[in-house]
Amino acid sequence: MVEVSSTIHPDGQSVELLLNMGPQHPSTHGVFRMVLWIDGEKILGVEPHIGYLHRGSEKICEGEQYHQIITLFDRLDYVANFNNELVYCQAVEKLMGLTVPERAEYVRVILCELNRIASHLLYVGTIGLDAGAMTPTMFAFRGRERVQALFEAVSGARMMHNYFRIGGLKEDLPDNFEQMIRELLPLLAEDIEESDKIITFNEIFISRTKDVGVISAEEAIDYGLTGPCLRGCGYEYDVRKAEPYSVYDRFDFEVPVGLDGDCWDRHWVRVQEMYQSMHIIEQALEQMPEGPVTSSLGRRLIRPPAGEVYVRAENPRGEIGVYLVSQGTDKPYRLKVRPPSFCNLSALKRLLKDAWVADSVVILGSLDIVLGEVDR
Amino acid sequence: MPSVGRLIVPEEVWPVLNSVKGLMITLASTVKGLRKPITQQYPTVPTPVKPRFMGFPALTWDDKVPEPFCTGCMVCIRNCPTQCMSATMKDNPAQAEGTSSRRKIIDFFEINLNRCILCGICVEVCNFDAIVMSHEHEMSTYQRNGDRVDLPALLQVGRKYQEKTGWIPPTVLAKQKKDAEDAAQAGQEPAGAVVTEAVVAEPAVAEDKAESD
Ligand code: SF4
Ligand code: SF4
Repeated sequence: MVEVSSTIHPDGQSVELLLNMGPQHPSTHGVFRMVLWIDGEKILGVEPHIGYLHRGSEKICEGEQYHQIITLFDRLDYVANFNNELVYCQAVEKLMGLTVPERAEYVRVILCELNRIASHLLYVGTIGLDAGAMTPTMFAFRGRERVQALFEAVSGARMMHNYFRIGGLKEDLPDNFEQMIRELLPLLAEDIEESDKIITFNEIFISRTKDVGVISAEEAIDYGLTGPCLRGCGYEYDVRKAEPYSVYDRFDFEVPVGLDGDCWDRHWVRVQEMYQSMHIIEQALEQMPEGPVTSSLGRRLIRPPAGEVYVRAENPRGEIGVYLVSQGTDKPYRLKVRPPSFCNLSALKRLLKDAWVADSVVILGSLDIVLGEVDR
Repeated sequence: MPSVGRLIVPEEVWPVLNSVKGLMITLASTVKGLRKPITQQYPTVPTPVKPRFMGFPALTWDDKVPEPFCTGCMVCIRNCPTQCMSATMKDNPAQAEGTSSRRKIIDFFEINLNRCILCGICVEVCNFDAIVMSHEHEMSTYQRNGDRVDLPALLQVGRKYQEKTGWIPPTVLAKQKKDAEDAAQAGQEPAGAVVTEAVVAEPAVAEDKAESD
């Protein structure tokens, strides 16, 4: 942190400081900058600055063909790539009225839920760092690495998969997938449990996060919070339940909700979600049928009919929406993304008001933002 | 927490005890973790990649003719999301001699690997099995243009990949699979009828042929 300037408070006693935090601060989860206006240890106001990772993804989409855009969605929320690919593919499929083969839907769900676990594991690791605990990071990353090894075996890349296709998948799962995932699941369950045990009910962690960054459900809705940030306030809203997409209506799972809307509740909701995801994966593995995974489209150029469509899905960070306008050409006319991280970040000003400086990092961490998605 | 403990130990001490408990949990996990290290000593010990791993794209070599598979048709170039490739084609002299069935052949091919995002779209759209996602991924150089690789370099990387993985052209693979399926069906259909030895022997022959293809 670097001091920018200071002014003497009107009472002549205390000094108000303007503190610059970021964009290269290790706790801001990417290139995010906040200017904190503090009085002693208390935050009087905060000015978030975003845009350091702006790549103009939405504008690039207008110049790319439909099948090339999948690669751009990989790079929005780079911690939950499969979930992003899914929502984009669904948008184009809805516009074209395509039905996806059953097996492809199940594979998509399995991979998305694995990705949700990987993403939440990363969160558990980083919130530990933000609260001053080093160990959980190591355990969380070990679990995440296992998931990513599976992703590499399935799609050929650890992070930028480009595996989902409009109307299906790139190719079927590898032959030994069943064996790989059966080996992975118990290990992953162990990892989740371990990182949960090590941090969630830790006395120090609780005192760092309980009653910190409290927001009520009404306010959270006003700010447009979604995902674990909203459910942490006790409001049960999950797109997978509220408006089931893909084959999510065939699974039995619960939507964990918190009580007070503080940092700890948001943490707890994420940890519980990992258990639920494991549950979904097990059901999906049992129900998964055999069959084709690619659509009838083949390799034809994709030209959806003119029209517009809005599709939403539940990402690990909240509700992601894709608004797509087509004019019947091979490139979209306009593509707008409603990124969950960006909307969740909008509550930062309200959450940091009157908080302590030491808590600012925990509060930011509990929102679990990914800057690739905030700046697009 | 036992309620008896709450009576004996004063309230203020509980956070301390809980912290100690947290420490014990962490310690237990650490000890558990000590049994088998999972850290990979990456730069000293190379990490093996998965069969489907997508490294930098490379061009393949047709040993039968011998010449590159690539005809310079530019399909991959038009489909690349980052426009990082360029190519030109020429008339194939080997075709005039009658040794090759390719009328056109690649003359110049360049991929700027610094721009490549390893998406694999080029491999997907190529109709001639000419391009593969190799397993090569450590290709940084100290020169700014050091990763603009040309045809010989691409073929060399491709050759390495072909040798390492025993690469079979995907279209040949698909044909083999289809043949095997057809053979299996041909074997199954008369299963309801009287099974004669001739019918059973037939698919085996078909399979052999598919493999020798
Ligand atoms: S690699 Fe394939 S698609 Fe690309 S120019 Fe060569 S033959 Fe055409
Ligand atoms: S992998 Fe993707 S970015 Fe790289 S050359 Fe092929 S199409 Fe272009």
